[in-house]
Amino acid sequence: MRPLDTAYMWELVPVIAGYVPLTLFMAVIAMIAALALAAALAIVRVLRVPVLDRIVAVFISFFRGTPLLVQLFLFYFGLPQVVPAMTGIDGVTAAIIGLTLHFSAYMAESIRGAILGVDRSQWEAAQSIGMTQGQLLRRIILPQAARTAAPTLMNYFIDMIKSTSLAFTLGVTEMMGAAQKEAAGSFLYLEAFLVVALFYWVIVETLSVGQRRLESSLGKAVAR
Amino acid sequence: MSCQIEITGLVKRFGTNTVLNGIDLCLEPGERVAIIGPSGTGKSTLLRCLNWLDQPDQGQIRMGDVTVDAARASRADILALRRRTGFVFQNYALFANKTARANITEGLTTVRGWSADRARARADDILAQIGLADRGDSYPAAMSGGQQQRVGIGRAMALDADLMLFDEPTSALDPEWVGEVLDLIRRIADGRQTMLIVTHEMQFAREIADRIVFMEGGRIVEQGPPEQLFGRAQDDRTRAFLRRVG
Repeated sequence: MRPLDTAYMWELVPVIAGYVPLTLFMAVIAMIAALALAAALAIVRVLRVPVLDRIVAVFISFFRGTPLLVQLFLFYFGLPQVVPAMTGIDGVTAAIIGLTLHFSAYMAESIRGAILGVDRSQWEAAQSIGMTQGQLLRRIILPQAARTAAPTLMNYFIDMIKSTSLAFTLGVTEMMGAAQKEAAGSFLYLEAFLVVALFYWVIVETLSVGQRRLESSLGKAVAR
Repeated sequence: MSCQIEITGLVKRFGTNTVLNGIDLCLEPGERVAIIGPSGTGKSTLLRCLNWLDQPDQGQIRMGDVTVDAARASRADILALRRRTGFVFQNYALFANKTARANITEGLTTVRGWSADRARARADDILAQIGLADRGDSYPAAMSGGQQQRVGIGRAMALDADLMLFDEPTSALDPEWVGEVLDLIRRIADGRQTMLIVTHEMQFAREIADRIVFMEGGRIVEQGPPEQLFGRAQDDRTRAFLRRVG
């Protein structure tokens, strides 16, 4: 067994670090879009909106039932062949769309569960003072559901960050793509992938600390 | 007799179970009416229908110039009805994500479109009336049952409703908190607020109500002024019930 080329690894740190912003950019944009979409999907499910409810159920089933990689290939390689507007879609955009749809399906189910967990009396109290459906969801139900769903949604965000590495298969040079290119030149695969693994680990650990802080502060606000 | 609130032929079924079987009721302006009767007899369902928390199957509800027919109630009708009624829940049902003050301002800002400042001033006035001037920033979880129910009443008061509905407002309370909540309701009653209260507190009903309504089996069996109903009930079922509750 050869020793690790630590000097090479140190050289790689600034190179990979340069791609952290792109990874975070994809994850943050996809997360914001996925949250909004998931909330909408969850509301359609909870209110059992006729017709839409069935469509959403199929949407969720498809995006939970097929691998993210397959979905990304569909968006990047498949759809542009039949949808002219999508020709020339760049890898970053395709990755963001794919991550958004994929994760929104999972997050919708978490949000739906959290909404159903809000006590019925909260709906009734809001109705009793004359709130419309939209007002009561926005002002009373969703804020309470958000607290319940927050830890799970945070986990999805962490998963999302790691999943951005799949964008590399669409030709995007993000952290993983950069490591691959470096390794292809130096043949030091172990070192290159070890560095990129450590980068993901540090990012995720940093977020986990934030997550624990968030959870304990949310816990205080709803202490009973 | 001019009715401020008029209920005609109200019917509510849950599946095959007819919970309200043709309720007619007229409330004059400022009238305070207490509904008594055995459990499971439709008292709470009647109140909930008046606020459309339960949707009646047949009948009409008129409040002032708003008339809602069960057969063809539009969303706008239902909102109009709810904006004219204040509902006090047995289990308080305060908004768990809002402070005591925000529970009171919510209906004013979100539903009525008041400015935050105006709503806040009104809420502080109400907090003083319900004896919680210093608890405006407390969350429901940090308050006693009695305090929560007083905020629940304050939330309904804030709407200046034509009709206040109290659904067994003290039934979920520990005995030590019942007195303060009854005192508050008594003060509201003294202000000639039109109200309909479902209660098991017979003595209290007798004190504050202009009229007692006795319900059984989804119907109004008998009604009249307290001294008449408690003293000289005409119907055997009323007398049997009053004997049971002592």
